[in-house]
Amino acid sequence: MELKDKLISSFLAFEEDFGAESEVHQIRTQAIKEFEELGFPSRKEEAWKYTSLNSVLKHDYSVFPKKEEAIEYRDIKKYLIHDIDTYDLVFIDGIYSSHLSQTTHDKIDVCLMSSALNKPQYKPVIDNYFNKIAPKSGLNALNTAFAKEGAFIHIHKNKLADKPIQIINFSTGNETALMVQPRNLVVVDENSHVQIIERHQSLTDHPVLTNSVTELYADKRAIVDYYKIQNDKSSASLIDNTFIEQQSESVVSVHTFSFGGRLTRNNLNFYQKGERIDSTLKGVTIIEGKQHVDHNTLVHHIEPNCESHQDYKGIFADSSVGVFNGKVVVEKEAQKTNAYQSNNNILVDDKATINSKPQLEIFADDVKCSHGCTIGQLDEEALFYLQSRGIPRKEARGLLMYAFANNVLESVKIPEIKKRINKLIALKLGVELGFNL
Amino acid sequence: MHTIKDMLKIKNLHASIDDKEILKGINLEINPGEVHAIMGPNGSGKSTLSSVIAGKEEFEMTQGEIIFEGTNLSELDPEERAHKGIFLSFQYPVEIPGVSVTNFMKTAINAHRKANGLEDMPANEMLKLIREKSEMLEIDRKFLSRSLNEGFSGGEKKRNEIFQMAMLDPKLSILDETDSGLDIDALRIVADGVNKLRNENNAVLLITHYQRLLNYIVPDVVHVLVDGKIVKTGGKELAYELEERGYDWVKQEAV
Repeated sequence: MELKDKLISSFLAFEEDFGAESEVHQIRTQAIKEFEELGFPSRKEEAWKYTSLNSVLKHDYSVFPKKEEAIEYRDIKKYLIHDIDTYDLVFIDGIYSSHLSQTTHDKIDVCLMSSALNKPQYKPVIDNYFNKIAPKSGLNALNTAFAKEGAFIHIHKNKLADKPIQIINFSTGNETALMVQPRNLVVVDENSHVQIIERHQSLTDHPVLTNSVTELYADKRAIVDYYKIQNDKSSASLIDNTFIEQQSESVVSVHTFSFGGRLTRNNLNFYQKGERIDSTLKGVTIIEGKQHVDHNTLVHHIEPNCESHQDYKGIFADSSVGVFNGKVVVEKEAQKTNAYQSNNNILVDDKATINSKPQLEIFADDVKCSHGCTIGQLDEEALFYLQSRGIPRKEARGLLMYAFANNVLESVKIPEIKKRINKLIALKLGVELGFNL
Repeated sequence: MHTIKDMLKIKNLHASIDDKEILKGINLEINPGEVHAIMGPNGSGKSTLSSVIAGKEEFEMTQGEIIFEGTNLSELDPEERAHKGIFLSFQYPVEIPGVSVTNFMKTAINAHRKANGLEDMPANEMLKLIREKSEMLEIDRKFLSRSLNEGFSGGEKKRNEIFQMAMLDPKLSILDETDSGLDIDALRIVADGVNKLRNENNAVLLITHYQRLLNYIVPDVVHVLVDGKIVKTGGKELAYELEERGYDWVKQEAV
């Protein structure tokens, strides 16, 4: 049976299990209809021209994990940012793990989507924001239809999350092949602030397909920093759908670090629904072998006096494939928009590929929009400089690639994240740097 | 055991880039303890000569040989030449964002040590060396944690080159247009640094267009390079003559 049919027929069992009287029953039923109509995206669609899901959809994924697999903290510690205090939301095969998590309801809500969907006190927030930002698509509809668990984060007005929140999804390989669909909702009220770290990590070599949807709502003057660490095993594929709605004077940044995984597709959309909004989208991609990473971004400038900054860097070795498709829409009313986009790439080997496509649709006349895209090799003069200092060519190449990717990290606000990513990049490129000296 | 008097011996060196011949038969011998200056008009091949000695692959050696302490360099990579004790101070040092001066020096020094079969330099020893050499060159400690050459002024870049030279302690230092873009104070600091590093076991090859630098670093021998050939060799007084009379008379003499 094809995965699509299997998912549709599984839906009935899912609804039965979860309770058809649930408030979101209507939304789910509508969503499965949408998925039935739209299905998985194919390369015929412009936005999927360079990324085919065929190879990851062919596995016979189990849709419902059998039970929570017990894992110990010591086995997963290395995947967490553990040198600073954080709130943690840990999910194992899509199921919440209370003994590995640290939640709160003290001034801010850091808890579970399953609670939020079922408990009356969260109903107003769910009614206002759940499934309101995500646009219509087969993948989003599929996630909505099976939306059951994930992170629910609500930062109340004038509150500051006192520590960063980590959302980590582990898969254990309890199933031979597993499909998980986390659903996160982040609502950040006026004048509040939160930092979020998200990671998907497989613990075995069984195929895993994650179709994750995150909706983030940043109210007036809210500040949100979101970090996505994508360093999974080569058996794991990820479709990350993140949709962000911003109100006036809010500042939201998303940094995506893509180093691992078989196929990774990031659909990252920003909708600016107020004035003087600042949106930042940055990414570092370093892949090799047959890895494939696709960044599909959209920044929708709707109101005047807003800014957006996009900076994506990629290093592609072996026969890896990168895609950058960055769309910026500036509506007629969005005068005085400043929109910057840059995508720079290094192809390390002849067989590596990058498809880079900026798309600008500008309907306002008084705007500053720039985009730049480069694809190149390493600078021979710079290599010679390093070699003439006694650094062997291989290490010199690593050092230059490190330098190339490094400036994206300047805007990372959590020092431990910066340090961790720096180390990951150095490790990935075979560069030995003493970070403490 | 035999003693080698010549540190560097270049015999009939021809080198080209993209089939265009730049060096057309260079002969040059440098002994330990000596300072040689190579002067010449723009486009005469001065920078090419320094790049070829340091091993830049872009250039093809078509004839002749470069012998350094008895070893033929032609088959050696730039890093292997560096490990043997050759250092090139660049006219345009490259910017490396995200890698601090300190980290870069650590990487370079340990690469040298590894090539010579030594363990990494212990951190305290490294810090001591950095402190000593940065003080000698009047380099602010804050400067050492900045990204290598990124946003450095012309003078800072050149001073940083000499700092690297001090740290690596090479046998042969080639200073390619180290004076260009320096004001008089920066020039004095850089030259003082080079003079402090001189001893009877190492040698310096200065590549310069102007005589100015040679007031501060006094050469034993001055060579004039015109159209890929050394057309005149003399003492330091030759530099003054060139400063006064320009290069045309040497060119004519050569013809």
